[in-house]
Amino acid sequence: MRGLAGPARIWASCLAVLVLAASLCGCGRSGSSGEAQAPPAEAIENKGSDTLVNLALAWAEQYMQIEPNVRISVTGGGSGTGIAALINGTVDLANASRDIKPEEIEAARRNGIEPVEHVVALDAIAVIVHLDNPVERLSLEQISDIYTGKITNWSEIGGEDRPIVLLSRESNSGTYVYFLEEAIRMGQESDLLFATDTLLMPSSEGIIEETSQNRNAIGYDGLGYVTSHVKVVAVARSAEGPFIMPSADTVNDNTYPIARPLYMYTDADPSERVQTYLEWILSEGQVAVDDLGFVPLTEHASEIDERD
Amino acid sequence: MSETSLRNADRPRLAFSARAKQWGEFAIETLIRLMGLSTIGFVILILAFLVNEGAPLFWQVPLSSLLDTRWYPTFDLYGILPLILGSLFVTFLALVLAVPLGVITAVFVREVAPAWARDILKPLIEVLAGIPSVVLGFFGMRYISPIVREVLGAPTGLTALTGALVLGYMALPTLISVAEDALDAVPKTYRDAGLAMGASRWQTIWRVTVPAARPGIVTAIMLGMGRAIGETMAVMMVTGNAARMPLGLDALMKPVRTMTATIAAEMGEVAKGSLHYRALFGIGIILFAITFLINLAAASVMFKRRAGGGLR
Repeated sequence: MRGLAGPARIWASCLAVLVLAASLCGCGRSGSSGEAQAPPAEAIENKGSDTLVNLALAWAEQYMQIEPNVRISVTGGGSGTGIAALINGTVDLANASRDIKPEEIEAARRNGIEPVEHVVALDAIAVIVHLDNPVERLSLEQISDIYTGKITNWSEIGGEDRPIVLLSRESNSGTYVYFLEEAIRMGQESDLLFATDTLLMPSSEGIIEETSQNRNAIGYDGLGYVTSHVKVVAVARSAEGPFIMPSADTVNDNTYPIARPLYMYTDADPSERVQTYLEWILSEGQVAVDDLGFVPLTEHASEIDERD
Repeated sequence: MSETSLRNADRPRLAFSARAKQWGEFAIETLIRLMGLSTIGFVILILAFLVNEGAPLFWQVPLSSLLDTRWYPTFDLYGILPLILGSLFVTFLALVLAVPLGVITAVFVREVAPAWARDILKPLIEVLAGIPSVVLGFFGMRYISPIVREVLGAPTGLTALTGALVLGYMALPTLISVAEDALDAVPKTYRDAGLAMGASRWQTIWRVTVPAARPGIVTAIMLGMGRAIGETMAVMMVTGNAARMPLGLDALMKPVRTMTATIAAEMGEVAKGSLHYRALFGIGIILFAITFLINLAAASVMFKRRAGGGLR
C-alpha cells in the first residue's frame, strides 16, 4: 500500500471519478436510445413477474418475427411491480405469478382501468431431494412440518438417519410466497413461516446444485428448472394419498397439489394489437411454454405426453 | 535551473516562463485540491443519500421489532439482529483464520525469505488481491463447501465456516502486504541493535521487529477486517443465507446471513419507497457505521503511533 502514496492516490481517485462519470453517461445514453427505437404506434409494453419473464421474452421474440411491425418490450421486476404499472396505465400487459389483490383492483378502478385476468400458462412446483435419498413421497402436512422445523431428521419420514437441510428461494420470489401459502400454510390462514434455518438460495439453479450434491437437502423449484441430477418427490394433499408426481397432465387435471396458474393482466378494453397478441399466446404461443419447462394449458397437454 | 546560469539576456524569458510556471503550478494545485475535496464530497453525498433513504426505517419500525430475531421482510418482520450478528460472526471467524497466517507470511516474506523469493512472493500476493470475488465464491461453492460437508460432517456445506474460509482468504492479500510494509518500515538499526545485543535471528524478529511494527500490523488487520465485512458476492454464494442467530459453537456448521448478502439478494425486487426498501438502506447505514468505526480505529492507531517508528 506504500506504493500508492500521495499523487498516485489522487490520480487513482481521479480515474475512479472519471470511470464513474463515464458509466453514468453510458447508462443515460443507452436508456434514451432504447426509447427512440420503439415506434409508439405498434408498441406493446409488458412488465411483471420474474418467473414469467423468460417465457414472456420468448413469446415476444417469436411474435415479433411473425409481426415485424409490432415491438414488444418485456421487463421483469416482480408481480407487484407489473400490476402497479398496469394500475398507473404505463403497461399494456402485466405478468403475475399470483392473483391480483382486491385493493389493487380498487386502485386500478380509481384510475379508470378494469383489470382482466388471463391465465397464460401453468407452473408446477416440484419438491426435490438428492438422487440417493430413499424418500419417494411426502404429504403436504409432512412438507409443512419439515419446512417449519417440526421434522428435522429424514428418519422421521421413512428416510435415513440424517438431518434435513431446508432449501428455499429468496424471500422476494413469487415462488417463495406461493410455496409458503400453499405448502407450508396448506392454503389456510395461519402465521406459519419458514424455519429460520432455511437456506435462502439466490437462484433456482443454486437449489438444484445444492440438492444434487447434498444427501440431506430438500428443496422446491419450478418444474422447468428441475434436472435429472435431483429426484422429484410425489406429493399428496393428505396423508392417505394419492401421491402424485408433477407433470403437465397432473397439473391440468388439478391432482398435483402445488401448481399455480401464471397470469397476464390487461385492461378490460385492450387495444386491438394487445388482443391479437394475447390470442396468439393462448394458441400458437403455448408451444414455447413447454419448451421453457412450464405447463401449457389443457388442449396442448397431449403433445407433451407423446414426447415423454 | 541553477543560479549561475542566470544572465541578463535571459531575464525577460525567464520572468515569463516563471510566471507561466507559477500559473501552471496554481492550476494543477487547484485541480488536485478540487479532486481531493471531491472525494470528501462524494462520501458526504453517499452518506446523505443513505440516511435519506434508510433513516425513516428507524422511526417507522419500533426499535423492539428491529432488534427482534426474525427477518421475514415479506411479512413485515424486520429483525436485523441476526443479520448484524451474522456479519460480525463471519468476519470475526475470517480474521481468526487470516490474521495468524497473514502476519506470519508477512514476517516470512520480509524477514526470513531470501531476496529472490521475496521478489517472486510479493507480486504474487498482490495478484491474489485481484481475483474477482465471484470467482472465489464459485470456488467456495464448488470445492470448499463439499469439503466442509463431507470431511467436517456439517449437514450442509453452505455454512458460516465456509464463508469465513473464503473471506479469510480474501482478506489475506491486504493483510500481508500492509503488514509487510509495516515490517519494512522498521529501521535497520533496530535489527542491528538486536543482533548486536546477542539476540538470535528469531528473537530479533519476535521481540524487536514485530513489536516495533505493531501499529502497522494492527492497521493491516483493520483493513483486512474492512475488506471482509464489506464483501458481498462470495459470502452470498457460500454462507447459505439463513437469517438465524449465530449463537453457540454449532453456529460454525450452520448457515448464516450477512448484511451485505441481504442487501444484494433483496434489492432487486423491492418497490422503491416501501418499508422493505427502507429496511435495506437501514442495513446499509449500519454497515456504513461499522466500517467507518473500523477505519477510524485503524487511522487512530496509525496516527498515534507514527512517531514510535511503526510506519514511515
